[in-house]
Amino acid sequence: MPTTTIAGHEVEVNDEGFLTKPEQWTEDLAPELAKLIGLELTEDHWSLIRFLRSDFAAQGETATLRRVSAQSGTPVKQIFALFPAKPAKKLAYVSGLPKPKGCV
Amino acid sequence: MSESPIVPSFDSPGSEGRKLAIICSKGNLDMAYPGLILANAALGEGVETHLFFTFWGFDIINKATMADLKFSFVGNTAMHLPGHSGLGIHHMLGALPGATAGATAFMKKQIADLDVPEVPEFLDLLSGSGCHMWACKMSADMNHLTMDDLYEGVEAIISASDFIEKTEGAQLLFI
Repeated sequence: MPTTTIAGHEVEVNDEGFLTKPEQWTEDLAPELAKLIGLELTEDHWSLIRFLRSDFAAQGETATLRRVSAQSGTPVKQIFALFPAKPAKKLAYVSGLPKPKGCV
Repeated sequence: MSESPIVPSFDSPGSEGRKLAIICSKGNLDMAYPGLILANAALGEGVETHLFFTFWGFDIINKATMADLKFSFVGNTAMHLPGHSGLGIHHMLGALPGATAGATAFMKKQIADLDVPEVPEFLDLLSGSGCHMWACKMSADMNHLTMDDLYEGVEAIISASDFIEKTEGAQLLFI
């Protein structure tokens, strides 16, 4: 696994660039990860990031878009607006989590 | 340690303008889901997605039937108990009274256990994700149905040629 330095943190990533150790993620890393994919985080982004982190801690896997929407009460349309085109993957990336594995 | 961070290529130029068209022609519960699931996956990858509902696939968007699609194993020689691939069930047993209701209830439970929504809620998910849904004109005429009878996310009732025109350059799936 390659390591890379983001915002002064040395983190392990896979060959796509996703963090491979969720515990290496800290809140100050998120804005830097977001910047790398052209996003600027607002409070609305943050509430989804916090949901994804806590859901991952409880479930052991990254929530799918449908789960994020249903469990956090955020309309799918809004999630697409916050993380355009590939919302589930972008949200996971910024949150330092693996891509979701579920189909729906 | 690499100098510049490795960043996922979320917006790779190769996928720019990718379109997917799925023709949903069947109204059985087990034939409705593949199209919906693939559409959802494509939308989540930023792919412009069009669904065309035709013939029995009309039941997926007909408000009178969409929540009540059924699964029958008559004619499905691959039928077996879930988790017991070696133990076949003769498909003609599916013709017994109550078999379809039982099989449908069982499949719905399996789908719900995976946290996958029922058809109407699934359509909401697709609609919210920006899916284009079209209803086939000939099917509407055959069934004497209008836009009022259809799921509200359906954009219009269009002819086959209009659909072909709208999906120029798209990858196409017929289900």
